[in-house]
Amino acid sequence: MDNDSRAHRALTSPILALNDITKRFNGISALESVSLSIEAGRITALLGENGAGKTTLMRIAFGMIQPDAGSILVDGRRAHFHSPSDAIAAGIGMVHQQFSLIPAMTVSENVALGGKGRFSSKEIASRLHEVSERTGLTIDPHARVADLSSAERQKLEIIRTIAHDARVMILDEPTAVLTPRDTAELFTQLRAFAVSGGAVILITHKLTDALEHGDDVSVLRRGHLVLSSRMSKLTEATLVTAMLGNAPHVLSARESRSAPSRVAASLVQATIHTKSRLTAMTVTLQVRAGEIVGVSGLDGAATPLLRVLAGRVKPVSGEVKLPQEIGFVPENRRDEALIEDFSLAENFALAGAGRRQGLMQWHAMEADTRDVISVFDVRTPGTAAFPAKLSGGNQQRFVLGRELIKRPDLLVLENPTQGLDVNASVFVHERIRRARNDGAAVVFYSSDVDELASLSDRVVVVSGSSLTEVSADRDEIGRALLSVERNDER
Amino acid sequence: MNAELALVADALVRATPLIIAGLAVAFAFRGGVFNIGAEGQLLVGAIAATAVTLASSGSIGRFSVVLAVVAGALAGAAWAWIAAELKRRFHVLEIISTIMLNFIAIHLVSFLVRGPLQEPARIYPQTETFIKSGRLPLLVPGTRLHLGFALAILLAVTLAWVFNHTAFGFRVRATGASPAAARIAGLIDTDKTSLAVFLISGALAGIAGSVEVSGVTFALYENLSPGYGYTAIAVALIAGLNPIGIIASGIFFGILETGASALQREFAVPSSLASVVEAALIIGALTIAAVRGRHPIARVAES
Amino acid sequence: MSAVETFLEGTVRTATPLAFAALGETVVERSGVINIGLEGAIIAGAFGGFVAAGYGSTWLGFAGAMLAGIAMAAVFACFAIHVRADQIITGTAISLLGLGVTATLYRQLYGATGAGLSIPTMGISELPLLSSIPVIGRPLFAQPSITYVLYLIIPAVWWWMYHTHAGLGLRATGEDPRAVVVAGIAAKRIQVLSVLFGGALGGIAGGVLVIAQAGSFAEGMSAGRGFIAIAIVVLGRWHPLGVAAAALIFGAASALQYFFQALGWSLPYQAFLALPYVLTLLGLAGIAGKAVAPASLGRWQDQR
Repeated sequence: MDNDSRAHRALTSPILALNDITKRFNGISALESVSLSIEAGRITALLGENGAGKTTLMRIAFGMIQPDAGSILVDGRRAHFHSPSDAIAAGIGMVHQQFSLIPAMTVSENVALGGKGRFSSKEIASRLHEVSERTGLTIDPHARVADLSSAERQKLEIIRTIAHDARVMILDEPTAVLTPRDTAELFTQLRAFAVSGGAVILITHKLTDALEHGDDVSVLRRGHLVLSSRMSKLTEATLVTAMLGNAPHVLSARESRSAPSRVAASLVQATIHTKSRLTAMTVTLQVRAGEIVGVSGLDGAATPLLRVLAGRVKPVSGEVKLPQEIGFVPENRRDEALIEDFSLAENFALAGAGRRQGLMQWHAMEADTRDVISVFDVRTPGTAAFPAKLSGGNQQRFVLGRELIKRPDLLVLENPTQGLDVNASVFVHERIRRARNDGAAVVFYSSDVDELASLSDRVVVVSGSSLTEVSADRDEIGRALLSVERNDER
Repeated sequence: MNAELALVADALVRATPLIIAGLAVAFAFRGGVFNIGAEGQLLVGAIAATAVTLASSGSIGRFSVVLAVVAGALAGAAWAWIAAELKRRFHVLEIISTIMLNFIAIHLVSFLVRGPLQEPARIYPQTETFIKSGRLPLLVPGTRLHLGFALAILLAVTLAWVFNHTAFGFRVRATGASPAAARIAGLIDTDKTSLAVFLISGALAGIAGSVEVSGVTFALYENLSPGYGYTAIAVALIAGLNPIGIIASGIFFGILETGASALQREFAVPSSLASVVEAALIIGALTIAAVRGRHPIARVAES
Repeated sequence: MSAVETFLEGTVRTATPLAFAALGETVVERSGVINIGLEGAIIAGAFGGFVAAGYGSTWLGFAGAMLAGIAMAAVFACFAIHVRADQIITGTAISLLGLGVTATLYRQLYGATGAGLSIPTMGISELPLLSSIPVIGRPLFAQPSITYVLYLIIPAVWWWMYHTHAGLGLRATGEDPRAVVVAGIAAKRIQVLSVLFGGALGGIAGGVLVIAQAGSFAEGMSAGRGFIAIAIVVLGRWHPLGVAAAALIFGAASALQYFFQALGWSLPYQAFLALPYVLTLLGLAGIAGKAVAPASLGRWQDQR
């Protein structure tokens, strides 16, 4: 078609349009006839709870998967993305949650990925300089990604999409790993990008982020588009109903509890390496039976602490006293909590396998596994099923059941509701509270400040160098994170 | 009728070292240890058994056979321990170290049978032949089928029981399937378990070697093993690393190789055709496992 | 030739097939795949080279060797990458397959006794001027021409790996095949091509053994070189220049036996035969895991 009509189309069409996208996985519908229209200069929030289909939709937009039906239009013209390189060429960029940067490589190498011909780091450095002139976003081209913090890595991904001339920037749950200050910084950048003519799609399950920063909003529920509108026309209540259906759920209110009693676990001057092994923190902490301690932390500081409490890691020095029975629910369920090649019964037997002697009492274990399945409401074909057959929520119920059934004195959990839908999350919270009421000590880590506030009896904020205790209040936790971040930077 | 019996007996004789070494490989693989060194462990087991038999069968008679098997097990375990320690202390991939040890063992045998252990007349590159009381008794008189075959069956059944019914066997399987989950969810000492797997696997391969000299060759010489340790890998894989299945696949390979030797004698078909068939069978087993979507053993880079 | 020259000449000769195989395997492992079937590629290359050379020229022989190596690698790629079977098991099977097939075919085609048949061998080609350099001139530049091909391939691979986007993509795939997907890189395709390239060089290594060294084929003549080459990749820290150096050092250590013999130290000859394998163990132990492998080597990450 001629230049005039093309220009006209570009002006009047949305910069990106997804029409009637349908996608099924193994017969299960992930997206049903979803349409999304993105306009330049605006931030669109794509809302929905975990499992609603937001990421699937954006992966289709980025060419990572192909839709079963529906079409993609860029500037009004049909486009077919067979791989991300097609999408990138069409001006679409994506900032991922994880697994999209190579830690062992430098910033310039990561930015250069996917290019053609000769590779010269000087060329890349000058391109990065160019981007920094335009947007104010700077980064050291020679830094190794492994040495960057989560916030800096995210900045790198944004710079990368801009360096590849993206006009549409998709961000997948970008605030999950950010402190409040980084979050504010991020949205300033995104607004600048939109103002300069780009379009931003923000995938999020957080209502507050959407309300504060979205110009347009589309809500997905169970693979269907249930609402699509300018944000100015909506209220929070409408959005909540749209996301959750008719039963709005309140993250269960905190109950009052009796004073905690004896000390269940204690660390005295325990020196622990942080995840990156770069720093070591020295911690003194006591956890009592009958209380829930929430742990919040920056960049991999929380997990090592939890693992020491769970008895999975030994501190470099210092005193550790732990109870006999400890239940541990790790974040990485697939690799660390369950064995794919083992049946559910065998996975059940995994708990305590290190200490067990003599013969395996399979009869009793099968019975116990059946107990866990029924008490914790795990949807599964049976005890012989493999974990892969269960949904994430059911897997987590199973793991939680396995750890709780032995009535542990201490229960340690890493991000226990990450990736779970609302029902499963509520269930997990309920069980945690019940364990606490039965006299267990509970320690859990969460990157979700709201979850920390509603579930914990008290909260501990850790960083590479310090441990601060605060009350379970959203704002207090946020402030503590900020000051800890500032202290670290000094 | 007798010729057929002899052939069946021969096949079972051929199957014996394959079954025992196959168990060694399967045990290792299921435990996450890539022991490709069954060949070398088998040879040092044979060396130990030979040395013990020659030294003692004159004085303690039949009991020397028992000692020989035990010595073979210990030698095999020790040979495997070298690879285990190299891995533990120096992070040397066991796939490479065990194969290097295979070659070293071959040359060690050559040195011994041409040197310190050579038969008194110093004519042939082999040791003295075992006297009758140093040999394994026969299961079926008139054939070559010796007690070693019964031992192989016993070992297979024991191993199956260990895997399915003991806490130790469970730890081995968990460590092999997912070392991370074994450590984190199961609080299993994977280092200790891996070492045990190395040693037991080496011991089994060593027994295969000692059974072969005590039951079939009655002496140590070069080319004692036509690659039993490597064939055992095929035997184990095709049986899906299942101990009872290994009895079947070991016998199957025994028939294959006996038949191949017979074919070579009768019809000049190269007996190495058997190894082609064997390798093709492995590929087949691989395909089946991949299509079913389950990996028989864990990934290598976990170490 | 002086004792030193003999020693150096032996060094280069031992190192050449190992360097070919190890260089190929370096590219393979940098893409995240470990091909234990390298031994199979080498023995297939030895046999393929033997057969092809019989038809005329040594270069035809090397072409045959290369193709045979690629064929073995193709089978490996089919199962380990396409079907996603376990790489170690597949590789072991390929090695067994290679050894078995070549032995069978050799006996079939050339008789059960396997009497040494001869083929045209590649003799020494002295490079003018360069071979006159004192001490190292003859060892480096009075070698069969195939060695000079190696001298060209080493820097070429190095330059390609570090100065082109394709090489960057290769290295990134070996670190994290998932991450490269979002950059639009086809990880599987890179891995398949790398494996085939590794097979080609492995085949050439086998060809060197037959055409430029032994002059005939013998069953199992690869003698574990495939596994030694894998160790050399580790010793060379997965870097083309490092691997070439490691191969050279290995060759030197193996060639030391000439010194021993010249000095009249009487060790049983089996000790010299076992030397390469002991050296490999010592070398790997010496490096003590300080070399960092490509992060996703051998692992299978599901590409979502």
